[in-house]
Amino acid sequence: MSQYSTTYVPKSSFGKWFESRLPIASLVHSSFIAFPVPRNLTYFWTFGAILVFMLVAQIVTGVFLAMYYTPNAALAFQSVEHIMRDVNYGWLIRYLHANGASMFFVAVYIHIFRNFYYGSYKAPREVLYILGVIIFILMMATAFMGYVLPWGQMSFWGATVITNLFSALPVVGETIVSFLWGGYSVGNPTLNRFFSLHYLLPFMIFGVVILHVWALHVPGQNNPTGIPIKSGKDAVPFTPYATIKDIFAVVVFMIFFAYWVFYIPNYLGHADNYIPANPAVTPAHIVPEWYFLPFYAILRAIPDKLGGVIAMFSAILVWFLMPWLDTSKVRSTAYRPLYKQFFWVFVAVCILLGWLGAKPAEGWYVIVSQIATAYYFIHFLVILPVLGFVERPLPLPNSILESVMGVQKGGAGMPAGANAEPQSKG
Amino acid sequence: MAETTTHVAEPTRRDFLFIATGAAAAVGGATLVWPFIQSLAPDAATVAAGAPVEVDLSPIAAGQIVKVFWRGKLIFVRNRTPEEIKAAEDVNLASLRDPQPDSARVKPDHAQWLVVYGNCTHLGCVPLGNQGEYNGWFCPCHGSVFDTSGRVRGGPAPINLPIPPYAFVSDTKIIIGQEEATA
Repeated sequence: MSQYSTTYVPKSSFGKWFESRLPIASLVHSSFIAFPVPRNLTYFWTFGAILVFMLVAQIVTGVFLAMYYTPNAALAFQSVEHIMRDVNYGWLIRYLHANGASMFFVAVYIHIFRNFYYGSYKAPREVLYILGVIIFILMMATAFMGYVLPWGQMSFWGATVITNLFSALPVVGETIVSFLWGGYSVGNPTLNRFFSLHYLLPFMIFGVVILHVWALHVPGQNNPTGIPIKSGKDAVPFTPYATIKDIFAVVVFMIFFAYWVFYIPNYLGHADNYIPANPAVTPAHIVPEWYFLPFYAILRAIPDKLGGVIAMFSAILVWFLMPWLDTSKVRSTAYRPLYKQFFWVFVAVCILLGWLGAKPAEGWYVIVSQIATAYYFIHFLVILPVLGFVERPLPLPNSILESVMGVQKGGAGMPAGANAEPQSKG
Repeated sequence: MAETTTHVAEPTRRDFLFIATGAAAAVGGATLVWPFIQSLAPDAATVAAGAPVEVDLSPIAAGQIVKVFWRGKLIFVRNRTPEEIKAAEDVNLASLRDPQPDSARVKPDHAQWLVVYGNCTHLGCVPLGNQGEYNGWFCPCHGSVFDTSGRVRGGPAPINLPIPPYAFVSDTKIIIGQEEATA
C-alpha cells in the first residue's frame, strides 16, 4: 500500500476550509478509499455492497409506489391494479419492488452463510454480526408487512396467521393481537398501520446498516483464511480494488434481478394474491414467501401452538449466541475439516426445511420437519460447541499473503522482520 | 477540547436537582408513551361497529353452515342433523384436548344450532365445514380437526372454537353479541 496515501490531505483551499468544519471527506477517504482490504477476498465478499444496492433500490421503488398506492382496505387492491395498468411504468416499478424483496433475501442469505462458513461472527466481530442479525429481523418484519399491502387473499391470511402467532403468548396474547390489529380481526386499521411501518422500517434498517458498516471498519473485513491482516502486503486499498469489484458484482446481480423482473415477475408470488382479500374464505393452501419457508416449517413441526411459536422465534434468536456457541479458535471453515462437513449438512437441512415449509403439514412431511428442526437446533447447541474441542484444525498459513502467493523464502530480498510492521500491533 | 470540571466531593443541591429533573423526565416520558400505545387499540368506531346482529335461522337447511360477521369476526351458524348431534354428544370427554360436553356449547332446547367463531384457534384460518375425520371442520392451513360441536380433536389448535355471546330471540332468530334476548 506504500504507493497510496492513507491519510486525507485536502488540496484546495475550500477543501481545507470545509475539512476543519466537517471532516466528512477524510471520513469517506479513510473508510472507502484508503481502507485496507484483505487481498484474498472472493466474490462472496461483494454481497455487502449488493445488499446496500438492494436496500436503496427498495427504498427508491417503494417511495414511488407509495405515491400511487392507497392504504385502505376497500381501495388497496384496486390501487395496486391501477399501478399495474394505468400508472406509466407502474408495472415495472412494482415488479422491481416485489422481486427486489426476493433478491434482497437471496443476497442476505448468501451473505449470512458466507459469514457462517468463514467464521466472520467470531471475535472481534461479535457486535458487527449481532447488528447484522438485527438487520435481518427488521428485513423480515418489513417484507412481511409489505406483502400485506396489496390486500389480496395471501396478504390477508398471511397477516392473520402471523399476527395470530402472538396470541400463543399466555395471558397477554389476545390483548397484544387486538393492539396489532386495531380491531377484533385483521382489517382496515391493520392495513393502515402496516403501511406506516412498512415505510418506516427501511429507514431503521438504513440506520442499523450504518452501524453495521461502522462496526466493520473497526476490525476490518474477515477473509477466506480467517487470519487478520498482519502487514501492508496482506491488503489492498478499498479503492479501486474493492470498489470496482463490488460494482462489477452489483452489475452481475442486476442481470440476475432483471431476469426475474422481465421474464418471470410472478414466479415467486402466489396466484391467490390476485384475488381480493376475503375474510370468510381461507385459500386452500397458504404458504409464506419463499424466504420465510424454513422458519414456517419449524413453526409447523411442533404440534403445539405456543411451542411452535417459541421454536420459530428461537430459530433466529439462537443466531445471536453463535459467537459464544462456537468454541473453535479457527475462524475459516477452510481449515476445519470436520466442521466443513457439518456446515454443508446444515445448509442441506436449511434447504430441506424450506422445501418442507411449502408442503402441506400432513403425513411424513411432519415427521421429516420434526427431524430437520431437531437437527437445526442440535447444530447450534451441540455440534458448534463440541466441535471446537474435538476437532483438529488444519495448519493456518502465516499470512494472507502466504495463502495467496505461497510461502516465499526470503520474500524477494525483503529483510527479515519486515513483515512485523508496527501498525499490526494491538 | 477544553477541560470541564464536574467533580465535587459532597452531594450538593445540584445533585438533588439532577435527580429530580431526571425523575420528572422519566415519568413524563412514560406518560407520553401511553396515548400512543392506546391509539393502537380498537378505536371507538370499531367498537361501535360491534353492535349485536340478528340472524334469521329459518332459511338455514339441516346440515348447512352459514357464515356471518360480528365485530369483523367470522361466525359459523350450523344447523346440525340428528346424527351430527348424536356424534357430538357420544364422546368420551376424557379423550378431548379441551374437554367440554356438547350441552355446554349449545343453548338449552336448541341442540340443533351450533354457533361458534369461524377462525381456527391455532392461527386464525377459516376451517372448511363438513370435513375432517369427525365431519365437523378441518383447517387447511395447519391441519387442525374439529368435531360437530366445534371441539378440537386433532392438529395444533389448542382450544375449541369459542362460542360468541348470543341468545335466541325466537325459535328461528338469534341475536349475536349479547347474552340476553332483549333486543
